[in-house]
Amino acid sequence: MDLRITHTTRYDYDQPVGYALQRLRLRPPSNGMQTVQDWTVTVTGGVIELTCADHHGNVMDLVNTTRGSSDLVITASGTVTTHDKAGVLGKVYGAAPLWHFEQASPLTEPSRGIRTLAKPLKVSTNLLADLHTLSATILSAVPYATGQTYMETTAEEALAGAVGVCQDHAHIMIATARVAGLPARYVSGYLMMDDRVDQDASHAWAEVHLPTLGWVGFDVSNGISPDTRYVRLAVGRDARDAAPVQGLRMGPGDESLIVTLQVQQ
Amino acid sequence: MSTKPDHFDEMRVGDDGVRAPYDGYKAWYDEQPPGRFARKSKEAEAFFRRTGITFNVYGQVAAQERLIPFDLVPRIISSREWTKLSKGIEQRVRAINAFLHDIYNRQEILRAGRIPIDLIARNAAFLPQMMGFSPPGDVYTHIVGTDIVRTGEDDFFVLEDNARTPSGVSYMLENRETMLQMFPELFSRIKVQPVSDYPKNLRRSLAASAPKSCGGKPVIAVLTPGIYNSAYYEHSFLADQMGAELVEGHDLRVVDGHIAMRTTRGYKQIDVLYRRVDDEYLDPLTFNPKSMLGVPGIMDVYRAGNITIANAPGTGVSDDKAIYSYMPDIVQFYTGEKAILKNVETFRCGEPDSLKYVLDNLADLVVKEVHGSGGYGMLVGPAASKKELADFADKLRARPGNYIAQPTLSLSTVPIFVKKGLAPRHVDLRPYVLVSPEGINITPGGLTRVALTEGSLVVNSSQGGGTKDTWVLED
Repeated sequence: MDLRITHTTRYDYDQPVGYALQRLRLRPPSNGMQTVQDWTVTVTGGVIELTCADHHGNVMDLVNTTRGSSDLVITASGTVTTHDKAGVLGKVYGAAPLWHFEQASPLTEPSRGIRTLAKPLKVSTNLLADLHTLSATILSAVPYATGQTYMETTAEEALAGAVGVCQDHAHIMIATARVAGLPARYVSGYLMMDDRVDQDASHAWAEVHLPTLGWVGFDVSNGISPDTRYVRLAVGRDARDAAPVQGLRMGPGDESLIVTLQVQQ
Repeated sequence: MSTKPDHFDEMRVGDDGVRAPYDGYKAWYDEQPPGRFARKSKEAEAFFRRTGITFNVYGQVAAQERLIPFDLVPRIISSREWTKLSKGIEQRVRAINAFLHDIYNRQEILRAGRIPIDLIARNAAFLPQMMGFSPPGDVYTHIVGTDIVRTGEDDFFVLEDNARTPSGVSYMLENRETMLQMFPELFSRIKVQPVSDYPKNLRRSLAASAPKSCGGKPVIAVLTPGIYNSAYYEHSFLADQMGAELVEGHDLRVVDGHIAMRTTRGYKQIDVLYRRVDDEYLDPLTFNPKSMLGVPGIMDVYRAGNITIANAPGTGVSDDKAIYSYMPDIVQFYTGEKAILKNVETFRCGEPDSLKYVLDNLADLVVKEVHGSGGYGMLVGPAASKKELADFADKLRARPGNYIAQPTLSLSTVPIFVKKGLAPRHVDLRPYVLVSPEGINITPGGLTRVALTEGSLVVNSSQGGGTKDTWVLED
């Protein structure tokens, strides 16, 4: 399936910017699940200082906001062909070893609740089926609801609060898999919802490494493994590592953020 | 002066002989008129006050800033002894750089099962952000201060491999400068290998480590946390001595894909940053977001190959005290040779058998925090009270993995000058090692730290230690 994507992130500043940096992870990789046909990242109100790869292999752009700007607009757009792999990326590895993805990270520290969720996995004889069951269990324990959790909400907090968004679902799934000794990671990306062109927000899901299949994706929020409507952007141990846009601004004033996303066939 | 039989005195053999390296010095010393040494000692102190070397002592409110005591009697090492020592240090530093490159890339040593994965995976000093990246010239530890102790004629042990941001080199330079001022005649009588070209060598070594993308003469800067840092004097001293810029985080920005410093004539690109800011505070966009001391985005500039950071972030994974215990294996693995310098026997308290042994023998052992430095948070068993031992045992049981223990070494002594004349005190040695793609350069000698209290084994300046000039004799 060919997906055409336009992802715009707009910062409006109420005072002219002194110095602000944004780190972008907005360049999707080509792999067994997707082939990038064309892709551009453009910036107005700032410049791309450099492009490099992080330790997870994500391609990053570092953006410097032009001094005195009152806004910064980042547009990532292009066409990606997706291939149906039933959510299985497989045995594809980068510089980070599997044990790296077995370690807890700041947003995925295990709690008692997460340890309880992990119990069936520890004695599992069919990991794939039990991970799907876990995914369903997480969704029923933590129904999807926006506005209740934040960028920095941990897996433990989301589980205790019993509501969350895709980021929280992915964090709980990841934290639980790691307690059971399975390498797990966070994937940020896009999802084309069938009934609309303008999508709500960029998406996120979990990937767990199975000895047999390698990396397998689980979108807890939608109760499925990623199919051809999904485009991967970046991976990491948690949302912080894979954030499409991460920034730091010096000086006074407030900023507002508007993200618009169009994904269509 | 009498030497106790249970430790090695570097000046004397028995009660009357003088070890060969000290022959010339002792002859000169015996010629000195009474009272001259006491006067010189006062002069030296005044000299230090003028040059302004002071040292902040954490945890001592009454003495926030004070001089590190300097002793006038040099510690003397023969050319033959130094050749062996420096070969051992070079071998070890080579192994450490190979280890760091491996740990952050292919991880052969883990695949080979030579060290446990958890030791790296759960190590706070291991920085995942360094994985899949090779710094310019594959150099990680541009500056190393290897702490060495001696227990006998041919017995040298490495106590610590300081591969993060070792300090103290300014004392090495000032100590020699002071000695040259105090006793010029001594240096014409005895040929001592110079240390004064250290700043020049440091500059050359850092310049040789510049990124490939750097065209022309590399611009070098020293990044300091600022005037409140205990080693600020050293930061400004080194910048001054090597003709480099002294900068703080807020002076630096990302400009044209590089790190640049603000000047009156606009931004100036920096190619090599000798940073004296810890990893955690280096880049608020990557590590601690609250850090005001670092440079946002510097890790991106680094991974893009546009700057050299000295030392590389994440080198702490090679010098913590748990990794230390594996150092003989690490040297063997990467150099194919047996380690020339010995390691002190080390018990990893995280291992149940070791913990039991350590608890049973606490009064005879030195216990250190895995990530500790500066003598903080350590227990010297033989010097501890019963209550101190019991309290420390509780700490050990609570977090065994946080500690290692070592036998108390009977460190060698070198005399210091006291009212009554010469008296032996325990010493260690920190040679300074420079690493660049062109090779390894070790300044002859280093910083000798001395425990000024009779019988004390703790030489750290933060715990009341002093320093001495260290001589390596010409052949």
